[in-house]
Amino acid sequence: MRHTISIIVANQPGEMSRIVGLFSARGFNIETISVGKTLDPNWSKATIVTTGDERTVEQIIKQCSRLARVRDVKEVTSLPHIEREMALINVSVQPGTERQEVMSLVEIFRAKVVDISHDKMILEASGTMEKVETFIEMLKPLVINEITRSGCVAINRISPVSTDEQADAAGA
Amino acid sequence: MRDVVEITTTTPSVSAVEEAPSTMRGAEILVQGLIKNGVDTIFGLPGGAVLHIYDAIWRFRDDITHYLVRHEQGAVHAAGGYARASGRVGVALVTSGPGATNAVTGIADAYMDSIPLVVITGQVPTAVIGTDAFQEVDTFGITLPIVKHSYLVRDVSHLEAVIDEAFHIAASGKPGPVVIDIPKDVTAQLCEFRGDRPPIYGDETWERSLDIETLALAVDKILSAKKPVFYVGGGVVTSGAADALMAVVEKLGVPVTPTLMGLGGFPTAHPQCLGMLGMHGTYTANMAVAESDLLIAIGVRFDDRVTGKLAEFAPNAEVIHIDIDASNIGKIRKPQYPVVSDANVALKAILVQLETIRIEGKDRLGDWWTTIREWQAAVPLFCEYSDDVIKPQQVIETLHEVTNGDAVIVADVGQHQMWAAQFYPFKRSRQWINSGGLGTMGFGLPAAMGAQIALPGQQVVAVVGDGGFQMTNQEIITAIQYKVPLKVLIMNNGYLGMVRQWQEMFYDRAYSEVDLSISPDFVKLAEAYGAQGLRAAKPQELRAVLAEGLAFDGVTIMDIVVSKEENVFPIVPVGGASRNMILK
Repeated sequence: MRHTISIIVANQPGEMSRIVGLFSARGFNIETISVGKTLDPNWSKATIVTTGDERTVEQIIKQCSRLARVRDVKEVTSLPHIEREMALINVSVQPGTERQEVMSLVEIFRAKVVDISHDKMILEASGTMEKVETFIEMLKPLVINEITRSGCVAINRISPVSTDEQADAAGA
Repeated sequence: MRDVVEITTTTPSVSAVEEAPSTMRGAEILVQGLIKNGVDTIFGLPGGAVLHIYDAIWRFRDDITHYLVRHEQGAVHAAGGYARASGRVGVALVTSGPGATNAVTGIADAYMDSIPLVVITGQVPTAVIGTDAFQEVDTFGITLPIVKHSYLVRDVSHLEAVIDEAFHIAASGKPGPVVIDIPKDVTAQLCEFRGDRPPIYGDETWERSLDIETLALAVDKILSAKKPVFYVGGGVVTSGAADALMAVVEKLGVPVTPTLMGLGGFPTAHPQCLGMLGMHGTYTANMAVAESDLLIAIGVRFDDRVTGKLAEFAPNAEVIHIDIDASNIGKIRKPQYPVVSDANVALKAILVQLETIRIEGKDRLGDWWTTIREWQAAVPLFCEYSDDVIKPQQVIETLHEVTNGDAVIVADVGQHQMWAAQFYPFKRSRQWINSGGLGTMGFGLPAAMGAQIALPGQQVVAVVGDGGFQMTNQEIITAIQYKVPLKVLIMNNGYLGMVRQWQEMFYDRAYSEVDLSISPDFVKLAEAYGAQGLRAAKPQELRAVLAEGLAFDGVTIMDIVVSKEENVFPIVPVGGASRNMILK
């Protein structure tokens, strides 16, 4: 089972390695990790996607909470939330029908063309991990030269009634 | 350093001098910061990266006694023994590179047993960090998984606050070791030393409010249980909860079993004490837990050496788990009644609740106690004495008699540790000191030295094996140098005994690399150090040697030659159910 955990940690050298080290020392899995400053630049927010059962997630939260420079740990996925990942994809595309094909995929997935040459394109896609993965899957008949993925970021919802599907339909 | 104190008025009052901020080198800020946090004892060994610090140590030699160890592992174990004996924060000071790596074992040992330490490590100058400079290692990185917290101080202006916070973190909540890595240039830079009181931190991570409702439900459960057992550990000792525990269990009439780390937290000789729990625990303790319907687990972490096969550990019991570390609760066994709390705080709260409750007559648990007394009568701890050879259990029993049961016993790791745990009835918290979690051979001797320094005038005895003794015996000379009356009792069986026992029991007696019969003459070795060396090889000599050695006003090494192939019983084989003990 996949879980997204959000950790508020002091924005100081070494603090992220303490968290990453804890994951490896305790045998927890990291699928993706992304970090950025919070509104208060003294604190960072790390979003970690992990897999494990309920007990594992409980242990991850408790073990991370023990760290002196960790202020808050929560499982974002335990409540309604929005999750996004971005991918930058360099694909080889011949002008003509192949390029038209790609453009229609870009349209369908609400992706963007962010760079182009005679025979290549760089595409930017964002959305849930599943959506990004599906987009990459659809591009696989072409030659994919390079992919850079951001890892997941997530935030809990504020709207009283909403689901991820609605959010995606609304153009995320 | 007094030269750089700026006195701005011609006739300052005493308090004005103390309050006036003064500028000094990082090294002096460090030492002043230690003094401010109540440190008067340091264990250490100098080197290039800590030369400035040692200069300050020399200047403040009237305020802080520095014990020059002969190996950095000895420094950290001594600081650990000091902390375990006194409850104060132990302090060790080592240089960069090999100084820091030699300290690692002691840091890990303290981490596993939740012992408050501040370990100060020198580091190469900030300008060359990361260049593979001479005696450079990434101390912060190496120690990351074995510290409660750590610092690499890159700015001298942070140093004073770092020291204050380090002591707070080491001692508060669940204690643990804190490493402060200080580059050499930082110790030379000038900065203002405020010298104000260390701030009081109110961090919610460390101070949780007690869940009174769960505790009340737990108390109801204890009162209705038919076969309850208190399973108490190091948290009871650390939090000073022995008195509260005694009051609660006497009021309830419930049996108690301490873990290896909990020994002393409840008196072994108390009629409600079942003896130690776990792999080498008593038959009664393991049976009682196996049969219990309610386990009241306090300051424990369901260690694998306690539980044996987890599925068969207290299989019919509900669990009340009180621990200061939320991550311990539910890590191994999911409790029905989880309470995140300091053990003393929780036990006092239970006591308050019990005051308003009428507890039914003493025979409420009559059937349970009848069963327990039957187990105790059927399988007591025992030892068959011999006329020809000293039995290791006999050594501990005789030690108990000679010391009137009052000595602080510091064990190393192995068979002798288990015999000491089984056969020395402890009366009080901190009377039993050992390396429980990490199982560090070599811990005993330097830790006993640290404990003796923390407890001048008290009888402290290191009980070690001939294997572990040889890992850190270089610290005998440290004890000689500082006139610490270290007493070392070597249970000499010429083997790495615990490993030999397992090879005998589980590997068809294939004694692979456990023979220590080629060892130095420990009596001559003691004399070479300038210590008293004594030997007992016959049962008739044992008592006189212990009495003479313990009465000697100085360092004594007692080489007690014991039966070679004695085994520790009972034993729960690894992965076995704790009710399936091998008894002899």
